[in-house]
Amino acid sequence: MNMKILVPTKRVPDTDQKIRIRPDGSGIDEENLPYVVNPFDAIAVEEALRIRENSNDEVEVLAVGIGSDDYERELRTSLAIGADRAMLIECAAALDSWNVARILSVIVQREQADLVLMGKQAVDDDSNQAGQFLAALLDWPQATFASKLDFTENGLRVARETDAGIETVVVRLPAVVTTDLRLNEPRYASLPNILRARKKTIERLEFQQLGLEIEPRIQLLHMEVLSTGRNCIRVSGVDELVVRLRDEAKVI
Amino acid sequence: MRILVVAEHDTEVLRSGTRSAVAFANSVAAQTDGEVECLVIGHRIASVAKEAASISKVLCLDSESLTAPVADRYARVIADVTIQRKIDLVVAASTSYAKDVVGRAAGLLGGSMASDVVGHTVQDDKLVLRRPMFAGAVTATVTLIGHPQIITIRGSAYEPAVASVDESEIITVDIDESSLPNHISFEKIETRSSHRPDVTESRIVVSGGRAIKNSDDFERLVGGLADQLGGATGSSRALVDAGITPNDFQVGQTGKIVAPELYIAMGISGAVQHLAGMKNSKVIVAINNDPDAPMFEVADYGLVGDLYELVPQLIEKLHAE
Repeated sequence: MNMKILVPTKRVPDTDQKIRIRPDGSGIDEENLPYVVNPFDAIAVEEALRIRENSNDEVEVLAVGIGSDDYERELRTSLAIGADRAMLIECAAALDSWNVARILSVIVQREQADLVLMGKQAVDDDSNQAGQFLAALLDWPQATFASKLDFTENGLRVARETDAGIETVVVRLPAVVTTDLRLNEPRYASLPNILRARKKTIERLEFQQLGLEIEPRIQLLHMEVLSTGRNCIRVSGVDELVVRLRDEAKVI
Repeated sequence: MRILVVAEHDTEVLRSGTRSAVAFANSVAAQTDGEVECLVIGHRIASVAKEAASISKVLCLDSESLTAPVADRYARVIADVTIQRKIDLVVAASTSYAKDVVGRAAGLLGGSMASDVVGHTVQDDKLVLRRPMFAGAVTATVTLIGHPQIITIRGSAYEPAVASVDESEIITVDIDESSLPNHISFEKIETRSSHRPDVTESRIVVSGGRAIKNSDDFERLVGGLADQLGGATGSSRALVDAGITPNDFQVGQTGKIVAPELYIAMGISGAVQHLAGMKNSKVIVAINNDPDAPMFEVADYGLVGDLYELVPQLIEKLHAE
């Protein structure tokens, strides 16, 4: 079966970086902050590539980003590891999950995608909503937190990581699948492929061309970094630890 | 405000996060002259509905077509009940179930949703919410725009609602089964059977990290101490990646978020993503052979040394007492 897989990717601050807040608490300090493709989305790109590599049919992998010109570098990373196409929806405003899902739903329909693979959450706002919202807007089945995918006669069999254990569902296509950490380990781009990706075209669409207005759903009032440090009492050994937990902290 | 709490259960008992969600809902209702209803969905769920009625008025939706918690059906049901009962605020505990099902319901209801709420105030009849971002490194204060609003709360941030003397009313809700979507089929769930309490619900959690070399050692040291204390076991991502512990043991930003009364971190260095999952525990103990491990910075008590020596001593000492 020929198939088009759409992979929404988000550009997020590198998770190894310490996040600082602007002095007025209006948001994070973006100066000199390095960015990466959201790690869960990188897993989604990798899975799409593996589906293409293991298929006898035509599979097209389209990476989609929403944001400013700065996004080009991260989209080229997806091209460098093997995505067939990359598309940037130009939009300067910061978007919440609802508006991301609305934009994606228009792109999915325009592109007539068969499968959307995306990270279960973006590691900046940690909302874990966009995939579910997109599935609801499209009225497509969803399988969140995927740790294994297999194609079957009836659709896509997905192992899901839930609090209770590994759940297995079969979703009919078209569907939205969100990826969890253990689905795969994304490959690295080789230098020749990085150089090749630089010459590829990134398709661009202006947000206004989609016929949508932004409908804000969440308003940020303030951000702060809470101190989590505690005064650690170094105990001399097991005996002191037990005494302190029992008589001082009273937790055992 | 009319508030709907979406209950989570295993067909026999409520998950403890649901009690915390009811407590949050009661608090908001008290400040907005509102009322709270608890929606129990599933099949053969009479005992859960009865348990829920000890903490809240209950709407019970019992249907064979709702035996498995598949997202498209459950989300449709939650959205329909929200509209029919003119609900202003839908609340659930932030679990994999709610992220999946209630998240989709929020998508059907217009997308005004805040996840992982850890604190709130009511100002001019409007909810002001606090929620973590960037793996808990940042706390954001937000309000939602739009109606109805959907919120998941961190169970660890709200004391569970306690049962009242009087049992509340249980209202049976009927649905048109033929209208439900049917594009996801549930095959199975592989639950891990364990004699230990659930890591997200236990009063004490003992967790192991990279310093533990294999599954047998994990069971002997982490499991042994947990059993001695009547606690649950967890692990860092390093042990899951190494295949020493199963996926659902992972405590951290991308695993489970816990806040027990006592968290004992053994051989866990304290990566940001792990700290995000446990730093709100009431008392934290770190045992590590590296005196500079970041875990000591968030710990109340620190013990430097080889856990292969210290933990058997600790188990012995506790056993003797």
